[in-house]
Amino acid sequence: MLELKNVSKVVGKDLHINDVSVQFERGSLNVLLGPTLAGKTSLMRLMAGLDRPTSGDVLIDNVSVLGKPVRSRNVAMVYQQFINYPGFTVYENIASPMRLAGVDKKTLDTRVREAAELLRLTEFLDRTPLQLSGGQQQRTAIARALVKQAELVLLDEPLANLDYKLREELRIELPRIFAETGAVFVYATTEPHEALLLGGQTATLSEGRLTQFGSTIDVYNRPQTLSTAQTFSDPPFNTIALQKSGDSFSSPLFSLPVTAADFGALSDGAYTAAVRAHHVSLAPSEKHSVTLQAVVGTSEITGSETFVHVDAGGNRWVVLTHGVHRVNPGETITLYIDPRSVYLFNSNESLVHAPTQYQPEQPVQAHHG
Amino acid sequence: MKGTKIIVVFVYILFLMLPIYWLLNMSFKTTNEILGGFSWYPQSFTLESYKTIFTDPTWYNGYINSITYVLMNTVISVSFALPAAYAFSRYRFMGDKHLFFWLLSNRMAPPAVFVLPFVELYSAMSLFDTPLAVALAHCLFNVPLAVWILEGFMSGVPREVDETAYIDGYSFPHFFVKIFMPLIAAGIGVTAFFCFMFSWVEMLLAKNLTSVSAKPIVAVMTRTASTSGYELGLLAAAGALTIVPGAIVIWFVRKYIAKGFALGRV
Repeated sequence: MLELKNVSKVVGKDLHINDVSVQFERGSLNVLLGPTLAGKTSLMRLMAGLDRPTSGDVLIDNVSVLGKPVRSRNVAMVYQQFINYPGFTVYENIASPMRLAGVDKKTLDTRVREAAELLRLTEFLDRTPLQLSGGQQQRTAIARALVKQAELVLLDEPLANLDYKLREELRIELPRIFAETGAVFVYATTEPHEALLLGGQTATLSEGRLTQFGSTIDVYNRPQTLSTAQTFSDPPFNTIALQKSGDSFSSPLFSLPVTAADFGALSDGAYTAAVRAHHVSLAPSEKHSVTLQAVVGTSEITGSETFVHVDAGGNRWVVLTHGVHRVNPGETITLYIDPRSVYLFNSNESLVHAPTQYQPEQPVQAHHG
Repeated sequence: MKGTKIIVVFVYILFLMLPIYWLLNMSFKTTNEILGGFSWYPQSFTLESYKTIFTDPTWYNGYINSITYVLMNTVISVSFALPAAYAFSRYRFMGDKHLFFWLLSNRMAPPAVFVLPFVELYSAMSLFDTPLAVALAHCLFNVPLAVWILEGFMSGVPREVDETAYIDGYSFPHFFVKIFMPLIAAGIGVTAFFCFMFSWVEMLLAKNLTSVSAKPIVAVMTRTASTSGYELGLLAAAGALTIVPGAIVIWFVRKYIAKGFALGRV
């Protein structure tokens, strides 16, 4: 078990990691999700022991490892850049941690060949990393991390620099490959999509703070703050400021009766409503009962989906529709919102209402488009 | 177009090679012929000058002495500069940038400034007139240069390679020798070349820190020119021979010199 206790890291005058406390269980898959510069890499470096926290403690199995140099800790790390030993062959690259650990030749050879087989590197074992493609180089680095059988495996955006197809493949294989080792597996990514595909647990990071930690689906469905919600949403949440008085939430653009969904007994005051792009529709339906006028900015067509960027009274919104949908820039259109998929945050940006189907007492289901 | 290019290159090389040709030309002439008149090639071809150099101990010892202190200096400079350059490349510490610049500024001071104190100091340490004295003195400008060049090459290696090695379990010395040094082999080669060349051509310190037993070839050459009249043929032959070691060394590092230039450090 890896535990961080009130860990902070100050570099110069900048607070890179701000009072992070978290526990990762053995054999668990943990995703660190956050935008660039949120502190994912800094946090991983602290976990690995490459950096020392300014304050706080890092414990493995309840024993502080702060005094332990990185070479005597049992960790493996894969960087976003493809980092290998350029002078060694792929075989020697993979074998390197075992050679230092004094593993006997036969076991070493078996393990290198197994890892190479698993990561489809067998035919490249005699080449040097620089003669390989980016994907093969990264697989070499992953193989090296794998054979070490470390108790802590840190993957820092390992697939970010790979091409699409390879990413899809490795993303599915990686958790499976490492699951058998029983290690604490930590995976950093900027993409909400990737976190959902990996499953496990997710810790969201924002400006060096750990904003939420829990099962990935739960964090996705019930982000406790607006910042977590934005971190775990791509395209970003559509937000609008509302004022509740009496029996409706209203803004200059539209009003939302409290009876539209199970909004319960919220006191009067200022709220921020947030709704995901795929819960906004361009066509009316029974469910989508709240309407809003917006002016079309641009639209991105990916083929199976169309993202329509609109301006709703000064708020930039994104609407996701299925199929190819043509809208003209400058056109005023009506957006239809399902009130039961609206999140409400109070003036402190804390969650006060999540869509009914995601209430914690109900069974949680993956729901993403 | 192609024709013009070839002509331009040809003229340029001719222009560069002319003095060297003239040196070789003179080295195969007798002194009388050199002083006698102008000729494009030796009228009475002779190897007498070279023969003298290779048989007279005062001459060939000059070469041996020079090679000795140059090699010593190259080894000392590179081995001291390696850890220093690594520190400048990988760590941030108080005054690191100033120190780095200060190192470089040592190259700006004329060696003449240091001659007197060095002679005094080395005499006191009984180092005077030994190859080691010159080798150490030349560290004055070669260590900063080596640090400067090596730092550029080292900074080209991602820091993550170091970290991966530590994570894999390498100790620092093991990592440095087994992984890091092979990665910057080209840089070490280029650095060694420049240390070699600067030490080889330096005359002031080399001449003043030696008297008899460790006299470098550059000092032998100046002496010959002044004491036994004008032995121009001999001098030319000695000059031609001093080009040889540099030419050999440059042959080995020719591929990497360009990389050094690309890093802006050479």
